[in-house]
Order: sequence, then structure tokens, then C-alpha cells
Amino acid sequence: MSYFPDEMPVPVAGPDDGPFWEACRKRELRIQCCADCGTFRHPPVPVCYHCRSQNTDWKQVSGDGEVFSYTIATHPTHPAVKSMASYNVAVVMLDGAGDVRLISNVMEIADENLSIGMRVKLCWDQLSDGQLVPRFVPAQENAHG
Amino acid sequence: MGNGQGLAGKTVIAGVGQTEYGKRGAMKGRTELSLLLEAITRAAEDAGIPLDEIDGFTSFGFERHEPVLVQATLGIPELRHSSIVWGGGGGGSTAAIMNAAMAVATGLCRNAVVYRSICQGQYERYGQFRPRPAFGAFCSPFGLMTPAQMTALTTRRHMHLYGTSRDHLAEIALTFRRHAQRNPKAIMYGKPLDRETYFAARRIADPFHLYDCCLETDGACAVVITSADRARDLANQAVKLLAVAQASGPRWSLGPMGTHNMPVDDYASINSKAVGRLVFEQAGLTPSDIDVAQIYDAFTGLIPMALEDYGFCGRGESGDFIAAGNLSWPHGGLPSNTSGGLLSEAYLHGMNLVIEGVRQMRGTSTCQVEGAETCLVTSGGGGGHKSAAILGR
Ligand SMILES: [Zn+2]
Repeated sequence: MSYFPDEMPVPVAGPDDGPFWEACRKRELRIQCCADCGTFRHPPVPVCYHCRSQNTDWKQVSGDGEVFSYTIATHPTHPAVKSMASYNVAVVMLDGAGDVRLISNVMEIADENLSIGMRVKLCWDQLSDGQLVPRFVPAQENAHG
Repeated sequence: MGNGQGLAGKTVIAGVGQTEYGKRGAMKGRTELSLLLEAITRAAEDAGIPLDEIDGFTSFGFERHEPVLVQATLGIPELRHSSIVWGGGGGGSTAAIMNAAMAVATGLCRNAVVYRSICQGQYERYGQFRPRPAFGAFCSPFGLMTPAQMTALTTRRHMHLYGTSRDHLAEIALTFRRHAQRNPKAIMYGKPLDRETYFAARRIADPFHLYDCCLETDGACAVVITSADRARDLANQAVKLLAVAQASGPRWSLGPMGTHNMPVDDYASINSKAVGRLVFEQAGLTPSDIDVAQIYDAFTGLIPMALEDYGFCGRGESGDFIAAGNLSWPHGGLPSNTSGGLLSEAYLHGMNLVIEGVRQMRGTSTCQVEGAETCLVTSGGGGGHKSAAILGR
């Protein structure tokens, strides 16, 4: 079951982020990085901010990471979430991708148990249009800690 | 005063104008354009400059009224400068003053008006989902929909790193609401707020509850900039523009309004270290020289980060600074948002903070800081670039 109701906005790929969403459809989390100096960057853009090369790779990462920040949203700001009492939005710092962070959600956790620094792992969530998007669940190491 | 860098001292704010402020939807039968024209007309009157001599027009992102339309509607014979600052929301409000001041200082135009009009009763609401201008695919499908949620994330990280607490946020909300009780123009005039009510309010986006979030206001503000030379002949007191600047730090991009990939060390900030440095350098002043401040407070959580970015206290020390009552009029070390700010006066994307800065320098604020000679006005706390001005008596 998806984290959000079906009426939630779905990702509409822009000119530079197509490969990201395409990889998601294959259950691969691929982050853009520079083919020359290896610097990771997100969101996808055509040039490396470090060396300004336009040679680009999309490196697969494990999807392990940690919560860098989070909020519990209660006030419904979109018709799709009016039926939800609350949901979380987490900024997740990915392992092995420089300082790249993804905006996502941590599923299978009570609001009050979320914390900055907690370890999370990737799971795939299917949206109403069939697109798979990266979301996260608490990693095992938290569950017993 | 001022060391002559940049625009220091070359221009003045000659007049300010505002409409009545109302809760979104309150301006029945008024359009956003009619509010705007009223504010501009009042600002010109306040300056003592005929509308026909207003030939510069500047605003900032989200403004819906193009200068030629404003000019033609008001029957102004000649436009010599128009510009808009990029970016949505408040980061551009003093940058629009900077553009006006540049045009006036270089003689490209004589008198420029800086304006903002918002009628959320007529157009979309800022507190509800709006498609993002960029990178929305990485935000909206994950429920990151509004500025409250976006800046809740940076604020949460600041709390985690430095021990900033909801008590500190409460102190900000209660202080500014107290200031608004003396300002009949404030939307929250006559509506005091106590601690109990603050803590009992419904949650919007943790750590923000209702009273941590600014108002949704309908109304308009305008400010007229002219040259320091012209100011000598004007009836009303002109306020010196000691410094005005715009800046954005490395890799900030849209900041919390984008995908939150700002540099890790700057994440729990409002991207205003650079603009703070520039504006103080330009004026030849330091933070301790500032007598009163109007700090962009779309959300309470922006204030601790602003105090640190502008150097009023060290990184991580803003909680103690706030708890000590420094923001409070009349006895605090840095009385701030003396009209009630965006939280309790009105939300005009920061233009109402500029107007309150002018009142402080003219000695006409309802929370007048005795003998104040300098006022810092900051713009923006969320996405994109930031700007700021230092006004002088
Ligand atoms: Zn590179």
C-alpha cells in the first residue's frame, strides 16, 4: 500500500531528471554524479558544480542512509492528504553519495519515534500511475536499539 | 555614517504607503490591483512627490502587476526604469529597494516606487499546495507542499544541533504579538496571545504549531525611493538608506524550497551570512551598532537562524539570546519586529517590515525605540537569495 492516497501529485520528469525516475522503475536508486571527478549532485542538473564537467554518470547506491531532518505534517495542505491525520517528511542523507539528500518519507514508524540520525533503508512505493518512488523504513539496527 | 561603499547614503526612502491589512478574503470587492494603486498613491503623497514624477517601478518574485500596467493605470507620463527581483516570496523585498536605489543613484530615473500587493482572497493561498517552480517532482509526491513544512525541516535541524526549543519559539511569537497590541494597523491588534494558548494550538508541521506561522494577509505596501539631494526639499522626513544588498551563498539554490541539498554546514541557517556581511560592510557598521531590527519572520524558526547569520550572536547561541528577552520592546538589547512583524502585523512578503523600519527612523512607531538611529530590515528566510537594508535616521 502506498504511503499517500492515490490523489497525491506524481513525479513529472523534467529535462534533466528522466534517468532518475527511469532507474526507479527498475527498483534501482541511481544518483547523478560527475563522470570526471566523481562528485555526486542532486537534484539532477547538466553540469558538475565542482569541476563544471558535463560528463555525467548515474551511480547506483544501496539506499541505506540516515534521517538528516524531519517534520510531522498535520495541517492538510493538499486535497489528497485531507484523510490523513498526519504524515512525516524526512530529509534522508544517503550512504555513499557524498552529501546528497533525498526528500522522502519514513514508513512503518510512529510519529514520535522519528529522530534525526536514525538509520533507515530504502523501500519502493508504487504510485497511482505505476511509478515507483524511493521511500524508507527504519533499519533493523534501530528496531532493537 | 557609512564608508561610502556601494549605495551607502546616496538614496533615501522618501515616503511609504499601505492599505488597510485584512485576513485573506477580507477585502471584499477590492482587487489586488486596486489595493496596489492605493498603496502607491499614498506612498507618493507621503513623500510629497507628485505621482507624475514617479518614473521607476520595482518589485520582486510573485508580483502580478507589471510596471507598464501600473504606470498606464495611474496615468504616469513616462517610465524610465522597471525591474523585478528573481525568486518567490520575501527574499527579494529589500533587493527590490536595492534595484530602485541603483536606478535612482545612477540617474536612470528620478523617483522609484517599490511595491507589493497580495490578495489571497482573489488568488491562490500561500498556506496551501502550489506547484513548485522547479524540482517539484522531488518534493510534492513526498508531501513537502508548503513553506511551513519546508522551513520546519531546517528549524528541526537547528533545534537538534543547538538545543533551540519550542520555548524559544514561543518567546518569539509572544513578543511580536505583544508588540502588535500597540499597533492599530496590525491584524492581531486587540488579540493578545498567552503561553497557554500558544502551546495548545494545533500543529501545522512539527515543530511549528499555528502561532509559529505568519498570517495570510490581503493588502498592499509601497515605498518611494529618491536621491539624497532631492530629499532636502521634501516636506516629510526622508529616511537614509545606509546600506542595501542581496546575496546567496554557495550551492544554496532554492534551499528549503527546493530539494534541501544545501551545504551541510549551512543547512540550519537562512542563507544570510553573505548578505549580513555585505550590508554591514557597506554601512560601515557592526551588529552592535543596530538599535532596532525588523527580521523576516514568516515562521518563528527563521528568527534564531537569522540572529546567527547576521552576527547578533554566535552560531548556536540564539536560544539564549532570545530567552534573555533581547527581542522585546522597550527593554531588550535588540527590539525586533516592533509592529508585530509578519507573525502578528501582516504578511506582505516583508514590505511591511520596511515600512515599520521607516516609522522607527522617523520616530513614529507604536513601539518606538527611544533615540534609535539605525534599523536593520532583513528579507527572506526560506528559498533562494536573501537581501537586507540598514536604514538610518
Ligand atoms: Zn566534476
